Amino acid sequence: MWNDVWLVAGKDLRIEWRSRVTFSQVLPFALLVLVLFGFALDANRPVLDAATSGLFWITVLFVALTAVQRSTSLETTDGARRALLLAGVEPAAVFLGKALAVAVQLLFVEVVLVGGVIILYNAAVESFPLLVATLLAATIGIAATGTLLGALVAGVRARETVLPILLLPVLAPVLIGATRAFDDALGTAAVDGWAWLGLLAGFGMINVVLGALAYGVLLEET
Amino acid sequence: MESDIVEHTGSRTTRLLGASVFVGLVALVLLGFFVAPPDDDQLDAVRMIFIHVPSAIFTYVAFVTTAIGSVMWLLRRSIWWDTVAGAAAEIGVLFCGLTLFTGSVWGRPTWNTYWDWGDVRLVTTLILFLMMIGYLSVRSLGGSVEATATRAAVVGVLGAALLPIINRSVEWWENNTLHQKSSLTDGKLEGMTLFTLFVGIVVWGLFFAWSLIHRFRISWLERELRTTDLDQALRDRRAEGHRV
Amino acid sequence: MSAPADSVTIVSIIRLRAAVALIGRFPALAGIDLEVGEGEVVLLQGPNGAGKSTLLRLCAGLVRLESGEGEVLGHDLRTSRPAIRRSVGLLGHDTALYDDLTVRENLEFWAAASRADVASVTPAMDRIGVADRLHDVSVGLLSAGQRRRVALAAVVVRRPQVWLLDEPHAGLDPDGRDLVDELVGDAARAGATVLVASHEVDRTLDLATRRVVVAGGTIVKDVADVE
Repeated sequence: MWNDVWLVAGKDLRIEWRSRVTFSQVLPFALLVLVLFGFALDANRPVLDAATSGLFWITVLFVALTAVQRSTSLETTDGARRALLLAGVEPAAVFLGKALAVAVQLLFVEVVLVGGVIILYNAAVESFPLLVATLLAATIGIAATGTLLGALVAGVRARETVLPILLLPVLAPVLIGATRAFDDALGTAAVDGWAWLGLLAGFGMINVVLGALAYGVLLEET
Repeated sequence: MESDIVEHTGSRTTRLLGASVFVGLVALVLLGFFVAPPDDDQLDAVRMIFIHVPSAIFTYVAFVTTAIGSVMWLLRRSIWWDTVAGAAAEIGVLFCGLTLFTGSVWGRPTWNTYWDWGDVRLVTTLILFLMMIGYLSVRSLGGSVEATATRAAVVGVLGAALLPIINRSVEWWENNTLHQKSSLTDGKLEGMTLFTLFVGIVVWGLFFAWSLIHRFRISWLERELRTTDLDQALRDRRAEGHRV
Repeated sequence: MSAPADSVTIVSIIRLRAAVALIGRFPALAGIDLEVGEGEVVLLQGPNGAGKSTLLRLCAGLVRLESGEGEVLGHDLRTSRPAIRRSVGLLGHDTALYDDLTVRENLEFWAAASRADVASVTPAMDRIGVADRLHDVSVGLLSAGQRRRVALAAVVVRRPQVWLLDEPHAGLDPDGRDLVDELVGDAARAGATVLVASHEVDRTLDLATRRVVVAGGTIVKDVADVE
């Protein structure tokens, strides 16, 4: 089982490494979004300061949509989805592997974005452990939910438009929780960030378990 | 070839239900506008709760029905339950929209704002509304009956699993909730107002049951139509072979 | 050589009874009766849209059996599709290759995923005539014919008990076509059962023990035409 998880994750990451889509397209897009938010709000410094955490996570959600679409399309463009079934790979392993690969790519973008908000928005990190823990917990939740819903709409003509409708509302707790935790880590609001981590972790766990259970049914029947 | 022509989805039960809904609505309008007194603080705006509270209750009844239907499809492959889940979700979206609409119309004179981000139930209900729309868009994606049912069921279960955590996150987010504590249990409502609210809940319950049954029957007939089609399609398909 | 009619001595590998399979709501297979014994090489013929591909995918355990009965390698098509999938090799219209990985990486991935021997990848690439210089080239840069060959190599690496080849000759040069026939020969000699679909009416397969003509989702002709 775990061998297959590494196999699938390794495959997706290697493809990413070769094609450099995240690096050369998604990352510039994410930074561009930061700059645009800056233009929209910079006339008012205090507003930008207060909004930094929220803007950061909104940007991450946009990136997540792109990453999930890409991760899903790898399996659908040339019938690899079916071949994975034929190979007899445990569907839960495919799910975990793909979610892991998406999570790694998101983390990469997030680290650069943290640098972005420090430089562009003049943010200061007050608690590194909280920042890192939030990045990890939130990213696991986003990657798991995205991978599950990506598989759900895979092979459907309207997938590009349906995925955001499905994914963004259920990610609301991540947006709220991660933004609050970041407010604490960046010192932009007086909240207890660590309390939010529990919620993010719970969200991540529910989605990892549900995804591992439901992925097989989706591969099989859709 | 045997063919039952179905002209409508009514039956004695649904006609009785429908008639009660109609009578109930008339009674509710009379009670709500003329019998129930205006509130000391909220004045006439209080009358909105006769629709708002029942709609909210049955939004959640519909949501739970959809979740149960989804689980039953995944466990038992029960098309019956899948059809129930889909029908309940459609009615749920209607009620949920009504809840949000009446809520903000009521909020304007009472809270002096249409929308308040600090309110847990308001925000949770909005997210629920968006999730239900997502659920319905998944149902309309096409493909085989089984594929659609499975996709929808996974969304239904995911929504049910995540709603508590969404509610919790919104609750922590802004702890200064404006929303009335539950209007029913805080004992502030009394006399005709309380009675009218109960009438409203009963009428909405009947309306929910009535529309659920009809929607269910329509979906069921649609599916039947397809299965009759299958026999014909099989004959057509085999005929292609004879021509070769 | 034994004719397929001697079902007493032949172990049945594929057995379908009144099999119906749907693609969406369309009955691609409208009642198929087919029995294929161990070691048989069956040529499936029929026009486009006859149901050949669906028949192969049904035998691979990828398509749900809507009604009727079916067994592949003794596993029930209704209840044991995962077991069936693991023991068959399917070359479909899709090649199931990742554009951004090299030929070798693709084959090694699929070998590892299907628990096949990763060391057999290099011999398979040689056997299939993928030139050495192409081993480490991204699949996305290959021509359609080369891509088909790589997909075929992926089947070879799996060493399946049942080979299901959908239009394996399509898009290949004459060498490639001969190669397909050779591979089918190798497989048959190793005791595998082979189903090859082709829409070319005059397509012959030297090793075919049987010719089955599919049309309208049914079998319209089933002849043992080995001389």
